[in-house]
Amino acid sequence: MQAGNLVLLLIALGAVFYFFGWRRSYAVSAPLGGVRHLHSLPGYYASLAAVWCVLPALALLGLWLIIDDTVIRTNLMASLPSAIQPANEVDYNLLLNQIRNVAGGALNPAFVPAEVVAAAEQLAAMQARNQQMMSIAFVSIAVLGGVWGWSRVQPRLRARQQVESVMKWMLMGSATVAILTTLGIVLSVLFESIRFFQKVSPMEFLFGLQWSPQIALRADQVGATGAFGAVPLFAGTLLISFIAMCVAVPVGLMSAIYLAEYAHRNVRAWAKPILEILAGVPTVVYGFFAALTVAPAIRGFGESMGLTVASESALAAGLVMGIMIIPFISSLADDVITAVPRAMRDGSLALGATQSETIKRVVIPAALPGIMGGILLAVSRAIGETMIVVMAAGLAANLTANPLEAVTTITVQIVTLLVGDQEFDSAKTLAAFALGLMLFIVTLGLNVIALKIVKKYREQYE
Amino acid sequence: METAQKLNDTAQTNPAARMAQEPETMNQRIPYPERTIGKPLCDDPKMSMRNVDVFYGDSQAIYGVDLDIGKNEVIALIGPSGCGKSTFLRCLNRMNDTIDICKVKGSFMLEQDNIYDPKLDVVELRARVGMVFQKPNPFPKSIYENVAYGPRLHGLANKKFELDEIVENSLRKAGLWDEVKDRLDQPGTGLSGGQQQRLCIARSIAVSPEVVLMDEPCSALDPIATAKIEELIDELSGQYTIAIVTHSMQQAARVSQRTAYFHLGRLIEVNDTNTVFTAPEHALTEAYITGRFG
Amino acid sequence: MSKTTEQVRKSLKARYSSEKRFRAFGITAVAFGLLAVVVLFTDIISKGTSAFVETYIQLEINWDPEELGIDDPTDPDQINVADYDALIKAALRERFPEVEGRLDRRALYQLASSGAGFKLRDQLVANPDLLGTIQTQWILADDDVDIFIKADAEERQSKRLPEVARPWVEALERDGQTDIQWNASFFSHGDSREPEQAGVWAAVTGSFFTMIVTLVLAFPIGVAAAVYLEEFAPKNRFTDFIEVNINNLAAVPSIIFGLLGLAIFINLFGLPRSVPLVGGLVLTLMTLPTIIISARASIKSVPPSIREAALGMGASRMQMVMHHVLPLAMPGMLTGAIIGMAQALGETAPLLMIGMVAFIVDIPGGPLDASTVLPVQIYLWADSPEASFVALTSAAIMVLLAFLITMNTLAVLLRKRLERRW
Repeated sequence: MQAGNLVLLLIALGAVFYFFGWRRSYAVSAPLGGVRHLHSLPGYYASLAAVWCVLPALALLGLWLIIDDTVIRTNLMASLPSAIQPANEVDYNLLLNQIRNVAGGALNPAFVPAEVVAAAEQLAAMQARNQQMMSIAFVSIAVLGGVWGWSRVQPRLRARQQVESVMKWMLMGSATVAILTTLGIVLSVLFESIRFFQKVSPMEFLFGLQWSPQIALRADQVGATGAFGAVPLFAGTLLISFIAMCVAVPVGLMSAIYLAEYAHRNVRAWAKPILEILAGVPTVVYGFFAALTVAPAIRGFGESMGLTVASESALAAGLVMGIMIIPFISSLADDVITAVPRAMRDGSLALGATQSETIKRVVIPAALPGIMGGILLAVSRAIGETMIVVMAAGLAANLTANPLEAVTTITVQIVTLLVGDQEFDSAKTLAAFALGLMLFIVTLGLNVIALKIVKKYREQYE
Repeated sequence: METAQKLNDTAQTNPAARMAQEPETMNQRIPYPERTIGKPLCDDPKMSMRNVDVFYGDSQAIYGVDLDIGKNEVIALIGPSGCGKSTFLRCLNRMNDTIDICKVKGSFMLEQDNIYDPKLDVVELRARVGMVFQKPNPFPKSIYENVAYGPRLHGLANKKFELDEIVENSLRKAGLWDEVKDRLDQPGTGLSGGQQQRLCIARSIAVSPEVVLMDEPCSALDPIATAKIEELIDELSGQYTIAIVTHSMQQAARVSQRTAYFHLGRLIEVNDTNTVFTAPEHALTEAYITGRFG
Repeated sequence: MSKTTEQVRKSLKARYSSEKRFRAFGITAVAFGLLAVVVLFTDIISKGTSAFVETYIQLEINWDPEELGIDDPTDPDQINVADYDALIKAALRERFPEVEGRLDRRALYQLASSGAGFKLRDQLVANPDLLGTIQTQWILADDDVDIFIKADAEERQSKRLPEVARPWVEALERDGQTDIQWNASFFSHGDSREPEQAGVWAAVTGSFFTMIVTLVLAFPIGVAAAVYLEEFAPKNRFTDFIEVNINNLAAVPSIIFGLLGLAIFINLFGLPRSVPLVGGLVLTLMTLPTIIISARASIKSVPPSIREAALGMGASRMQMVMHHVLPLAMPGMLTGAIIGMAQALGETAPLLMIGMVAFIVDIPGGPLDASTVLPVQIYLWADSPEASFVALTSAAIMVLLAFLITMNTLAVLLRKRLERRW
């Protein structure tokens, strides 16, 4: 049986044991004079029986699924006749894939050697046996567990405490998903990056000025190794992020100030949600807007002024990214500006300051840490933004500070390197993970600093 | 079951009903005077207010108050909480402008100028009528910058040494100079509560205002800090016209020459401080200063 | 007049003009933001509305059994191999007898969509009596014709329709033999190389399965994590570490989650590429922080007095949470979940990493079928060179935005409706 069906079966079994646990709790309480003589409510006894049925079986299933593939593969490859025993790791994987494809029906058996066909048949048999054994073990564990849980239903059993502690562990398990996710991110980018740095030196990656990750088809081709100097990518990312911040910071900040300090309540009530629409628009939509509307417009305008503008100019991508970030900055700035106590404003106004003097000299300096934190978060978001640059920025790694030229970014290259067919071991693919590592480190650093600043700022006024 | 319900009902409604009736019965017991008792007006007033009504949205906070504040006198505004004394004070330099729903009627004169004249500039008004708030609110800047803030705004000093002089003088007048002269560049928020409040006073007198309004300046302070502020107010009287709202009758008695008693938005009695505390004319005033409510 | 007053009066003019400048700057900023919203939406709507209708041309179809090679219209084998395009070609030749020469003929045949033949087949299957009759029928036009018909007189010069075909299309138009009809295939088809046959339905279905997986995983885990952190977690380093992790994950670029999905789910666990299950897993990890943070906020807003009341009645902590805190916090949690889902629905980058960029023609039937999602479909179409795909892309964006607006409105309504003030 498939794992999915097994899980469905398990749910049914759990329900059955719940029912029997319920029945038994009434049965054992009858001689005592009713359920109120039980330690816990019948529902807890029933749940306990169901838990004993479900949890061990699930654990077994998980373990089985993790190891069965490896076990089958090792057995299979060891049993191969020596004639086709693979010599190295690459051949090993190739052969394994071939066998799998034949077994799965994706490859016509007529095209491969007879030994491979035999191995494929063996693989199919082993897989079938594995499925069978797994189903038997799974169901028996579930039933045994359920019976055990059911037999434990006794009036003095502290069923509620036991069920609650299981629940508590499950809650805690859910909370640790966050840690596991971080761990997963770190491990996945770190391991692949280490493999990348075995092929390309970190110095070349960090300080090299040439980026052309194409791997040659033939070994004797010119530029066969590809160049992995990431400086043009870093520069391109910074250039586009800088343009974005040049748009987003003044506009976001000033609109937050205007809406918080000047605008009439009614104006604020409709202008704020409209601005926030910008935050809800998917980035792919901005990418489309940048590539098909803004970039041609900038190009046309630039050419009418006699400038050469690339059709995928950094300016277009940066400008649209800036628009995307406006609501992010303005809502964060709004939070910190409204958190500045009224007493500060009153103090300044009572001295005869005008409203803008109060804002410029008292409110903004007081809110500055919070605003800085918000800007840092926005920078981190700009650096990590993908779709706008994938659609509107270029692919060529130019090292330039001219916003009218095309540049490429870290995220663009990650997408380009990983989308489509890929060999998982080539330096080209691994380079994407090395770029991912850089991106993760930089954004993580920015986030940690920004969150610290914002938190400190909040504490100051709480 | 039914009786239990009934008991429950009465228990719930009774206290609420009693609370709603209380002020009314009190009002019925002691009627408001037709006009403010005592001497609300003076011969040579710095500020004079007539027929003042203040509304917050639909509810009226102040009813027809007439009051003069004399030159270089200290006048204390007292009364139970919610009586409108702070609201009245905030009208005097138009701080109520910052509250959307607040509407002010009546005439307010600062010498010859009508405070609520649309032609009068509110910035100029506030430079002339300074204010100290209930909670010390130094800006998150250095001590020096806090005091220099006003003079800088209004361009009162052209040179650095002039500004230094203003800062030093103001801090001296506020009795803070000796305590902070070595750490002028440290943040004003790092001072103790009493020092912060004196810093705020120094800040408002740095622009040489004609009137200083103080809205319960000591309510957030401990007794020792309070004593220092009171001493300071005493020293400042004579140079500045000061209107102080206070919760503490003792404080009013210690610092002020005249006392005005507000009750639920009405100005009941204004007299020399001594008279108010020793021989109040109106029964409500007497009830308040003898501690029957408030 | 005192010295202060004099000084203040002198400085007033400059100060007020600076005040005015500041205020004008603020208004400009707000106006810029609002303008961006307006431009963005008008741009997309103006580009996209034309894709909701498509052009048909009227032809006399002669259901000639010989041309089709069918003698028995009930035989499925014959039906399947028959050459329906030949009928359309014949009808076009009939309509424009003056067109001679191989190249011109080929241009002529391209007036009709290459998928039009399939429609004829479906008609014949539904109604075998058609065989041998002559019918006046509306045939789906090619996208070049479609664009040409939809354009204004001046704009037509720049369109892609070949020079030679223009008089034919204009002739059809003059004779009232062109018609613009509702584009039903846009809402029922998958992707296609031919713009006039391409639709969003496969992508919408893919998005649906992905969202189901995300919702089923992210909501329970998110709520459980929030309950643990708010109600049970002891104040210690471990708890702090979880919190730091959650806050940071909320700001990690989404593409990083794609790398995680590629390295862990696909390469390590061996799950298939391009399927909604993996997409849902990745989006679950991505939306969890949002859901946890909003769920914690709504748990926090349940007043402690209710907790004390439950505990005072002798409820256990778990009972207190299950019976009182969770039901009261549920509206807020749902709102947060909807907002998280809206975020996930618009997400593209991580799904590119796990191969959901495939060219999907068939409507996926479950979370383990290869599929794409709406935003990725938009990305794919935006990259296509044909001009008609611009309109299709904009139309797909309008569909996506309609979903997002619905979800956000739902969240706002839910919050308004169920909001409780303590």
